[in-house]
This record gives sequence, structure tokens and C-alpha cells, in this order.
Amino acid sequence: MNEEQQIVVDFLTGKTGKSKFYFNDFLPLFPGKGPRDVKKILTSLVNAEKLEFWSSGSTTMYGLKGAGKPDTDA
Amino acid sequence: MAKHATPKLDQLESGPWPSFVSDIKWEAENRAKNADKVNYQIPVDCPADLLGVLELSYNDGETHWKHGGIVGVFGYGGGVIGRYCDQPQAFPGVAHFHTVRVNQPAAKYYSSEFLRQICDLWDMRGSGLTNMHGSTGDIVLLGTQTAQLEEIFFELTHKYNTDLGGSGSNLRTPESCLGTSRCEYACYDTQDVCYQLTLDYQDELHRPAFPYKFKFKFDGCPNGCVAAIARSDFSVIGTWKDDIKIDQAAVKGYVGGEFAPNAGAHSGRDWGKFDIQAEVVDLCPTKCMKWDGSKLSINNRECTRCMHCINTMPRALHIGDERGASILVGAKAPVLDGAQMGSLLVPFIEVNQPYDEIKEVIEKIWDWWMEDGKNRERLGETIRRLSFQRLLEVTEIAPQAVHVKEPRHNPYIFWKEEEVPGGFDRDIEAYRTRHQR
Ligand code: HEM
Ligand code: HEM
Ligand code: SF4
Ligand code: SF4
Repeated sequence: MNEEQQIVVDFLTGKTGKSKFYFNDFLPLFPGKGPRDVKKILTSLVNAEKLEFWSSGSTTMYGLKGAGKPDTDA
Repeated sequence: MAKHATPKLDQLESGPWPSFVSDIKWEAENRAKNADKVNYQIPVDCPADLLGVLELSYNDGETHWKHGGIVGVFGYGGGVIGRYCDQPQAFPGVAHFHTVRVNQPAAKYYSSEFLRQICDLWDMRGSGLTNMHGSTGDIVLLGTQTAQLEEIFFELTHKYNTDLGGSGSNLRTPESCLGTSRCEYACYDTQDVCYQLTLDYQDELHRPAFPYKFKFKFDGCPNGCVAAIARSDFSVIGTWKDDIKIDQAAVKGYVGGEFAPNAGAHSGRDWGKFDIQAEVVDLCPTKCMKWDGSKLSINNRECTRCMHCINTMPRALHIGDERGASILVGAKAPVLDGAQMGSLLVPFIEVNQPYDEIKEVIEKIWDWWMEDGKNRERLGETIRRLSFQRLLEVTEIAPQAVHVKEPRHNPYIFWKEEEVPGGFDRDIEAYRTRHQR
């Protein structure tokens, strides 16, 4: 994992009390970067199977893979 | 014999209209018979259990679906909408009932072969129930289980040469009217822009990173067959700059009864003789037309391209030759805030491949909205919160009179000090020599 990916993972494993985050929640982690650059970091973590998407159908959030309530799937 | 008794749903079949209950019952029976010997990959009684759980909801007065979930295909954040039943023991056929959105072809032109393939795929790996099409424009495949998702995705992309559509906080499946393919009113090639932008914005479509959903829709003219002005955050609506073309002989043809107005669309009833004054000239919303008994004239400067006169007399009137589009932004249905129609941002833009001018506007808007938009805030709401003037600044568009919807409604354009020669400072002493207190 590179430094930027580590920042995201540290944030998610830190004491936030939440398992799912909006895209916007990640922007303050990278003050110098615009949304498109932050998106690239998150995408790389999804592709590395560290993060996964959660969707209500209308809104999407990001979380650590397997974090939070277990999925209802068998 | 139906699996679940559904007396409440049965009532819905008694009206004069086609009923979704009858359709689902029909599919439940079909699947039970399995005349085509389909190798079902999800429970055969999925449609029957769907009726059962809906009847239960009607009895309980509350839904038995949970909201959302971590389902999808690898690497995509949208296209699959996860739904789980909260009574899976009673209704195992719908324990999972995920929806798959499939990107419809531009303007929804299909080959019958493609439709058969999609239906065969869905009979085998889904409930067999579809919604052609969802309000988003997508082909909506209703109800499958998690284990089927990657299989379905593989077939769609590798065999049928299509892709999942959008859902969640991403660019939603772009949609266009049939445009120049069949319509003489089309001011640009809607299908081509729609297709090109779908390809160019794959990342935005499949990997959600917006505050909320974002939709483009492309209407070839103000008739708005895909209702872009009401249903999309970014509406591209065909228009023209020069004059409506008038064929005076054909106008006389309509007046004399030689041609049916509206191409005969209202011929089901006798409306009497066509009256060009009452039916066209007086209905022009800007009152810019005149009929002197032998010649029709239009003051094109005042025409708002409402399409009424052209729709009524298509043989006689035709869109102009300097064609392009207007861009409106911010339409939305009520979720956080009330419904909104689009507001005019770009009065006229040429629509030419590779559509860089349009993309430039889109990308400036995205950069702003991704940074300053609040979670679950549509573009229209961000504009209302931060002002239309701010949108003009980020898109680098100079304010002009057409941006004002109506006097006193949205006075959002303010001078900044640097725009005023001499700034805001003044010599108060000198002022007082000329003005008493
Ligand atoms: C008995 C006498 C008057 C009556 C009954 C009257 C009534 C009204 C009414 C009903 C409005 C509309 C308010 C609104 O839309 O909220 C209005 C607006 C206005 N009136 Fe009068 N008016 C009277 C005299 C005057 C006079 C003498 C003047 C000026 C010298 C005046 C200047 C205005 C102006 C400038 C407005 C627009 C204010 C705004 O919308 O902000 N009115 N008046
Ligand atoms: C360059 C000079 C002026 C500027 C920049 C100016 C600007 C404005 C603005 C921004 C408004 C508010 C419009 C709105 O809320 O939609 C307004 C309203 C108004 N102004 Fe002026 N104004 C000017 C001169 C005048 C003069 C000379 C008068 C009267 C002698 C006047 C009378 C009014 C009145 C009555 C209203 C209320 C009108 C309404 O709401 O219908 N203004 N003005
Ligand atoms: S929106 Fe206009 S151009 Fe497109 S199909 Fe409808 S009438 Fe034709
Ligand atoms: S298009 Fe509409 S506004 Fe323009 S001349 Fe015809 S009726 Fe009038």
C-alpha cells in the first residue's frame, strides 16, 4: 500500500464510530488534492479489494471490505 | 393453484387497466410449467413469492424490503441495486431480489435478437420480470440473487456487447430522444452525443464519487421527448438561431383543408374546420405570429422555440438551419427539496463531434459540485444554496439577460468591486458637496 492509500485505511480503521462514508468525507484527508485525485486513490483501494461500495440504490458510500454489519448474503 | 393467497392484490386486477399483478401471476405460472426447460439459477417461485410478500406488506401496512447493501460487480459502484427481504423464511424466492440496470442503446433501438437474448438471460439467471424501461431510461431487470451478478455481468459485457447502467452517486445512464435518426425536428444528432459521452465518462458512470446522482439527457428539440428539462441535472435541448422556415403555399394548404393539422394526430374527433388564427397564431406564447389571410409571418426575435406552430403545421413550418442546443441545469424530482425545472445556462452551443465544448461545461460543473456540493445534494440544490451567480463564475459564463428567469424572481447577479471602474470607494466629502443630507 502506498502512503496515500494508507491514509485512507488509517482513517477508516480509526475511531470514527462509523463503517460507511460518503465520498466527501475523504476530501479533508488530502487538503492539497482535488476530488478527481482523491477518487483515484479510492478506486485503487476498491480494485485492491481493501474497500468496497455500499449503495442504497440512490446514494453510494465507501467502507472497508467486510466492515460494519455483515451482509445478509449467505 | 397460486402459492400464496393474495386477495388484496387480486382486487388490483379488477380495474379496466393492464395490471402488474396479472403479469406477475402469468410469469409465476410460466416458470412453474417451465415449458422451455430453462435451467433456473434462482428459485422457480421467485415471482410467486414476490406476490406473497407484497400481499403481506398490504396487510401490515409496511414494507418488507430492507434498504440497500454491499452488492454489485467487481470494480463497479453502480448498476446493481441490492434488495433483501426481511421475511426470507416465508418468501425464500425473494430472499434476495436485486435489480440490475442495463444501459439501454441510444434512443432504444433494438434488434429482436438482442431482446430475446436479454429475456433468455433473465429467465435463467433472474426472476424473468423486467421493466422496459425504468424512469432512468435503463433496461431494468428485476430480481436476482447475489451469486448470479458476476455471471450476468459477464454475459452482458462479453456476449451482448452492452454494459450496466448507473445507480447511486454516479453519472446515471445517459438518455436521448431518437433525434436525427427519424425526426425532422432534431437540431443535432442526439444519439451520437449520448453514445460518445457514455463512452467518455465511463469512470463517472461506474465509480460513484459525486455528492449524489447526476443525469444528462439529450432532446433534439424543445418538444422534449425525453423530458430533459424536467428530469436531468444537465439538459441539452436542440434549438436554432435563425428563422423558422415558412412554406407559404403549404400554409395555405392547411388553411384550405388540404393537409390535416398536427399530421392528423387529433383526427379521432371532429374539431371543425382548421382555424389558423385560433389554433396557431393566438396560441403562440410570445404572440409573435401574424396571419393576414394569405401570408403567415413570424417575428423570429421574439419566438421562444416553443414548437407549437411547427407541430401544428409540420409541412409548412420547419426549424431553422443554424442549429445547435441550449444547456439547462439543475432539474430534479423532490427528494431533499422540492421539484425543480432546469435553469438556462448556455443559450446556444454548437453540437459538433467530439463535443468538447459541451464536455467543458460539464466538467467545470462537476469540479465545482464535487468540491462544494453537500452529501445527497443534487446540482439544482447546490445552485440554490450557493447562487446561480456562483455557477456562472465556475463555468466562466458571462451573465446575460436570458439568465434571469423573470424580473424580481432571482436577483442573483451582483457586481464585485473589481468589476466596477474605480471600485466601491468614494470621497464622501466631495459627495456631500453635491448632495445634502
Ligand atoms: C392608497 C394608495 C396605495 C395603495 C392602496 C397601494 C397599494 C400597493 C400594493 C398592493 C402594492 C403591491 C405590494 C406587493 O406586491 O407586495 C404596492 C406596491 C408598490 N407601491 Fe403602492 N399603493 C399606494 C400608493 C403608492 C404611492 C403613492 C407610491 C409611490 C409614490 C407607491 C409605490 C409603490 C411601489 C414602488 C410599490 C412596489 C413595492 C415593492 O414591490 O417592493 N404606492 N402598492
Ligand atoms: C442606477 C440606478 C438604480 C439601480 C441600480 C437600482 C437597482 C434596483 C434594484 C437592484 C432593485 C431590486 C429589484 C428586485 O428586487 O428585483 C430596485 C428596485 C426598485 N427601485 Fe431601483 N434602482 C435604480 C434607480 C431607481 C430610481 C431612480 C428609482 C425611483 C425614482 C427606483 C425605484 C425602485 C423601486 C420602486 C423598486 C422596487 C420595484 C419593484 O420591486 O417592483 N430605482 N432597484
Ligand atoms: S425531442 Fe424533438 S427532435 Fe427529439 S424526437 Fe422529440 S420531437 Fe424529435
Ligand atoms: S415556435 Fe412557438 S413561440 Fe415560436 S413562433 Fe411558433 S408558436 Fe410562436
